Parts: sequence; structure tokens; C-alpha cells
Amino acid sequence: MTKESKTLSLNFGPQHPAAHGVLRLILELDGEVVEKADPHIGLLHRGTEKLIENKTYAQAIPYFDRLDYVAPMNQEHAFALAIEKILKIEVPIRGQFIRVMFCEIGRILSHILNITTQALDVGALTPSLWGFEERETLMTFYERVSGSRLHANYFRAGGVHQDLPRGLDEDIFEFNEKFPKIIDDLETLLTDNRIFKQRNVDIGIVSKEDAINYSFSGVMLRGSSIPWDLRKSQPYDCYDQFKFKIPIGKNGDCYDRYLCRVEEMRESVKIIKQCLELMPKGPIKTLDGKISAPPKKDIKQSMEALIHHFKLFTEGYRVDKDEIYTAVEAPKGEFGIYLISDGSSKPYKCKIRAPGFSHLQAMDYLIKGHMLADVPAVLGSLDIVFGEIDR
Amino acid sequence: MTSVVDIEKKINSELTTKINSSEINHGQLYLNIDEEDLLKVILFLKTNKNTQFRQLIDITAVDYPENEKRFKLVYLLLSHEFNQRALIYCYTKENEIVSSITSIFPSANWMEREVFDMYGIKFKDHPDLRRILTDYGFEGYPLRKDFPLTGHYEVRYSEDNKKVIYEPVKLEQNYRNFDYESPWEGTKYIKKSIKKND
Repeated sequence: MTKESKTLSLNFGPQHPAAHGVLRLILELDGEVVEKADPHIGLLHRGTEKLIENKTYAQAIPYFDRLDYVAPMNQEHAFALAIEKILKIEVPIRGQFIRVMFCEIGRILSHILNITTQALDVGALTPSLWGFEERETLMTFYERVSGSRLHANYFRAGGVHQDLPRGLDEDIFEFNEKFPKIIDDLETLLTDNRIFKQRNVDIGIVSKEDAINYSFSGVMLRGSSIPWDLRKSQPYDCYDQFKFKIPIGKNGDCYDRYLCRVEEMRESVKIIKQCLELMPKGPIKTLDGKISAPPKKDIKQSMEALIHHFKLFTEGYRVDKDEIYTAVEAPKGEFGIYLISDGSSKPYKCKIRAPGFSHLQAMDYLIKGHMLADVPAVLGSLDIVFGEIDR
Repeated sequence: MTSVVDIEKKINSELTTKINSSEINHGQLYLNIDEEDLLKVILFLKTNKNTQFRQLIDITAVDYPENEKRFKLVYLLLSHEFNQRALIYCYTKENEIVSSITSIFPSANWMEREVFDMYGIKFKDHPDLRRILTDYGFEGYPLRKDFPLTGHYEVRYSEDNKKVIYEPVKLEQNYRNFDYESPWEGTKYIKKSIKKND
């Protein structure tokens, strides 16, 4: 009698709590060992790039909140920078500081979510309960400055929409002082936890060479000991004025990527602190009336302001014919905008480069030879959010 | 640090005829090449020790329906060593088959699938050229300029059939595209129409 070996295909998702959204993963299993993984994505595809081509530049900004919806402002930042570079407009220094501060808050928001849900995937419930409480506080900061907890629509080409409301800087400072203690608490639950280490150490190892070949960026790259961070190597806005370190991993496994994220939160805390201490007074967006909307009180007094307001909210500002790629270091990696403008008030083409797209692509490479139970652990450490992958 | 100008010189002297034109804009290198030279140029940029563009950032296309060579294919590369970015582009016709660069960069796999999905550009020697972002059984190429913003089909759950059904898009109100593009300074177009009447 001959024994026939047969692989079993297993459909993981699209509605699986450990899939971090709507991922359909088709796994070929030999016993409990994964032989092949074929991710089916696109279940959250909303045609963002097509929609942006049909909207003015200002109307396109809210779409960026809906990409990586755990760190919305970091995405808006990339788009705003792309427009600013084409229009060659200078952002007032206070505007730059506010943007950097909220980008770092976004980074903490995203890393808390990732660390705690990764812990949840491997069986620890408490971290997510603790972490989400802090996320809620951070989202109230988003709400106070922009009016909404998640879909902020706060950054503009040339600065930010409005100045910080009174008292917000003190509250952020207070939170910032307390937050390192909370990171310590989270670490006591996870860093030396036997179960957490068993599930993560030596799982999903990425070599230096492969990390580059698979177009990894952000923590996925740094976890494999490649010191590369766009905030340092290609600084945008005022990142070059701050002192912070770039934590890197040693082994490139899931556990190192977890450690990198924890350290990055500590560095973000330092940046926020420096922001608050050094923040100058002054305008928060460019004063060029052809690009940024006039304040409400001017509209009642000045004819020119009224005309500018009308033109900006009907036609929008025009952007000269140009072509540019700009990238920012979003919490998940390099988030880039490839923008082609044709001189009208709508982008001709806006390609969004989402870091998670290339990370998820490597799923097959990462999971081959691992056990089925490692799938959620690897998936968790990739830090994928379907808003940005599916666009 | 090697500046972008040095890299441009190096590339032009080594690849000479393969580069149609090169320019530096926003501190990035823009290279225009022919589609036939694509594999050679990308391989050179990746492996040469003076360029070392070892990371593929993204692949995308742009649709210019009025041109004979309708699509502009764009490859974005990054060099960690020199901290430089390069943008390589070539033009292709609608039914032309482009060579895949998956043999050079494994991560090109999904990026080329996305370009195929969105623009319908086919890639030669691609291991697995399927649609990636759109629905199973989707027809058409959504990011082409002649594809309507509203799409062709809408999906809903039908209580009668007890399943999700596809129907042609029915809009309560037509999609309205307002043309606000009037000149910012003055109103020249009024003068013109007066002249015609005279």
C-alpha cells in the first residue's frame, strides 16, 4: 500500500480576529506546517487613488486619514509635503513643530495598537486593555486639535488647519511625563514573559539581505539591524532639530521587532517633549492667501479675503506641472506619495506607496516552514492595517 | 557622500545609449529609458557599486490616453548606501507586453500585479499575474482615465435571492463634475465672446 502525502488548504479569514482586518489567507498545510501562504487582499479596496484624481488637493486630504487609520496624520503629512515641495512654499516653524508633534503622537498610537494586539494574538489579554486606555487619551488630543478622534483632516499644504487650543500643550506635556511609566508597565507584562517569548523569539526571522530585497521599511528593516530611518536620513520638516535615537534589532525576529517598537515609543516621547519645550510662537500655516484659507474674521472685513475664500473652496489652488516622490517615516515604514500635477487644481495622478503592501507580500517567505500557530504571531509583527494596503 | 550629480554622471557614462535623457529634480534622479532596456538598466542600477539602488520602492503607471504610447511606467528605486532616490520611467503602448523585473527584485511581484490590475499592462515572465486589489471576476482597468469614477457594477444583498447580487450602477442623481476652473485673475473669456458677436 502506498501512502499518499497530501496538503490541506485552509482558508484563514477574511473575518478572522487575528487577521487584523479583512485579510483572506489561503494556507497550504502539511500537518501543522505551513507550506505556502497566498494572501488575497483588496477586500477593503475603495479606489482612493481614483477618487483623489477627481478631487481638488484640499479635498483629497481626508482620504489619507482613511488609509492607515491608526495613525492618520502621518499620511496627511506625506501628501502635504509633496504639494509644498512642488509649490515651493515654506511652512512657518510653529506649523512644522505642531505637525511633528502630532506625527509622533500618531506613532505612539500605532505602536500601542500593534504591540497590544500582537500580545492579544499570542494569548495575552491585559496589555490591550491597558494600551487602549492610553490610545483613548491620545485620541482626545487629536479631537481637541482637529475636531475628530480618528479622521483628523488637520494638515494642510503650507501648515496645519488651526492652532492648538488653549491648554492642550500642557495636557500633552502632562501625558508625556506619565507615559514612560505606562510603557514600563506594559513591558513588565510582555518583555520577559515566558509565553510571549516562546511565541515570538526566533519566529519569522528576516535576514538583512532579504529585508532589502523584499522592499521592507520601517521597523521591519530596523528589526533586522539595518539602521535606516527617514527622519534621520532624509529629514523633513524640523526633524533635524531634535535629538532622538533609532533603535535597531539584532536577530530580525518577531520579538526584536516588538522591542524596536517599544523603544521607538520612548524616542517619540522624547521628541514630543522637545517639541513642547522648543515650540515658538507665530503663524501655523503659510500666509500666502492663494494657498491657505483666510481667517473667518477677515472674510467679514476684506474683499480680497472673501474672494480668496470663495476661490479656494470652489476651484481650489492650482499646482504647477511637476512630478515628485516624497516619503515620510510613518509608524509602519516608508509611506510615500508619487504625485503628478498638471497645472490644474486636481492631481493628475497620485500613487500611494503603502509600507504594509510590501510587508504582507513577504508573508509567504516569512511563514514557510513555520507552524500554523505562528501565522498570527508573524502577521501581528508585520503591523499591517488594511486601510493602507488595499487603498 | 556621493551626490546625486556624481551618480547621474556615472550612470550616463556607463549606460550611454540606454539612457534617453536624465535630469535632477527635487534632489532626485529622473531617468528616461526605452522599454527594451528596462531589465538591463534596473540590474545595472541595483548591482553597480557606484549606484547601489538596492531597494525597489514602488512600481506604478500613469495613463495618458491621448498619446500613442499611452502608459508611462514608473520604477522608484532607493539606495541606502548613498541615500539617493531614482525614478526610472519608460513609455509603452496599450497592448505591449513589458518584461517583468521579478527576477531582479522579488518584491516586484505584487507591484506588477497591481499595475496589471489597475492599468491592464501585461508583464512577460511574471510568475503569477493575477488581479490583486479588485473584486474576484472584476472587468476593466479602474485607474485608466477612460474608466468612469462610479464604475460599472454595484453590489447589494438581495432579500429575494438570499444572496449578494451584482447590478449595473444606478445613480439617483448623475455624477456632477463642476468646472470651477475659471482664471484666477480677470475674466478674459467674456471679452472673447463679445468680439465674436461683433
